[in-house]
Amino acid sequence: MKRVIPLWIAVIAGFGILFSSFIPVAERAGEMFADIFSVIAAIAFILGALSLAKQHLGKLSRREAGWGYSIITFGTFIAMLFIGMSKIGIHPNTQYPQAPYSGGNDTEGSAFMWMYEYVMTPLTSTMFALLAFFVASAAFRAFRAKNTEAVLLLITAFIILLGRTFAGVLLTGWLPDWASGLRLENLSVYVMQVFNTAGSRAIMIGIALGVAATGLRILFGLDRSWLGGGDA
Amino acid sequence: MRSTRVIPSRRFTIHSWMCVAFLFISIGFAKASQASSLTHMASLEAAAVLASDPPQAADAKAPEPENGWFNQGKTALFLWIIFVGLAVTVSVAMAKRGRPMKIRRIAALEAVDNAVGRATEMGRAILFVPGIQDMDNIQTVAGLTMLGRVAKTAAEYDATIEVPTSRSLVMEAARDVVRASYLSAGRPDGFSNDRINYITDEQFGYVAHVAGYMVREKPATCFYMGCFYAESLIFAETGNAIGAIQIAGTAESSQLPFFVAACDYTLIGEEFFAASAYLSGEPAQLGTLRGQDAGKLAVMVMVVLGAIVATIVARSPDSTGAAGVLDFLYKMVGG
Repeated sequence: MKRVIPLWIAVIAGFGILFSSFIPVAERAGEMFADIFSVIAAIAFILGALSLAKQHLGKLSRREAGWGYSIITFGTFIAMLFIGMSKIGIHPNTQYPQAPYSGGNDTEGSAFMWMYEYVMTPLTSTMFALLAFFVASAAFRAFRAKNTEAVLLLITAFIILLGRTFAGVLLTGWLPDWASGLRLENLSVYVMQVFNTAGSRAIMIGIALGVAATGLRILFGLDRSWLGGGDA
Repeated sequence: MRSTRVIPSRRFTIHSWMCVAFLFISIGFAKASQASSLTHMASLEAAAVLASDPPQAADAKAPEPENGWFNQGKTALFLWIIFVGLAVTVSVAMAKRGRPMKIRRIAALEAVDNAVGRATEMGRAILFVPGIQDMDNIQTVAGLTMLGRVAKTAAEYDATIEVPTSRSLVMEAARDVVRASYLSAGRPDGFSNDRINYITDEQFGYVAHVAGYMVREKPATCFYMGCFYAESLIFAETGNAIGAIQIAGTAESSQLPFFVAACDYTLIGEEFFAASAYLSGEPAQLGTLRGQDAGKLAVMVMVVLGAIVATIVARSPDSTGAAGVLDFLYKMVGG
């Protein structure tokens, strides 16, 4: 029963959404299923918050290594929750000026928005900036000329990198018109439009068919491993 | 054991009937939409005639706009679903009758057991990242099916598996999957809820946690299976730096080069979706792969045909027949 009911929910919702994308009159059914999903996800968020609290409070009580970070994580979580729910610094919505808590959390001047803009965004940007260093280290490893394929990859990468920058124009801009196809900027476009597009399209077609086959496997109940596998 | 063999075949009968019913209903809707579109066209012609004579048109009842029974713009997609659905159904039926299914070797999936074994030997944990999207993303579902297999092997080998999630629904689903895997491996006592945690919905907050965990705990094996964006390279490079064996799988084509560059094995696109069928070895599931291949063959034929017809059109632009065929092929493959 524990697996049959979720399976049937998935089948009904799956077919409902499938039909709603082809049948205009059934569009509302698709929207309804999407709304139900949002409600379930919102309820599950409470479970997530409880899991977070349990994890970090447990670390604190056991004085596990790195428990200081748990104080920061759990403390900021509680602080943001309090600021968001108490709507500190939020002006009433102009449509409902009598209701003091009618304004949204994302309005200018709210404490929640201030925390988001001046704490959350810089932290996120810092993490994202790390990506540049990881790209460099991964490129260094990927472009080592170990064999013929790696040499080809290296040459192609150079063509693309130079062709996409002003250096490409500087290096090969002198080539006459009849040999313009050999200019780095044109070679770069050729590689991207012919070889890259052919390869990526093949992958995309495979992905589309894979998604369709997986969807059908789930809708027909052939694949129940996402429910924990086995029989009902 | 007998019951586990009988129940799937019974269930397959139910599902094959469901499948047939679905196809009939779909065809019924397609026919209805065709009839509806003809009616709609007739009503539009009538409206055009009435519009040419305004005084009469004012007296006549104006045709009401109708939604129609079928979205004509998605006919090609609909036909593809019917085709793939039929191919999958036929292939599954053939597989059920005992026809052998030959599946090519996928190195990344062959390496799963070795990767889990390595973690066991080293006495370190296995990290499984099921992507950063919610359960409404098919890649997350495919990632969880892989999690089930990895968790079962981990339970058999008595290895520790850690699953940090970025969505609370995924956390719940992952807990169910891992619990069931430990149960089926006969080690329910080895399962712990605390190893499958919700971290945060925030993309880089999640990255910070996972990367921090990797640097501190140094898991021996890392699996990245699901939908990934910019965080893919941060995970894979951190895993590489700590010397973990890494197996990745995603359908995000923009992230595949990063995984290929930094991981030991990568499931590329369709391989990722084939993983659960491949690892299960069940004829019904393997049949779906054959159906998928039938779809791929059809696309290949259309692409080759399209290239030939496009060449003919380029050589002789006056050929209206070839242009019509090209237009049809473009609509079928390109949408």
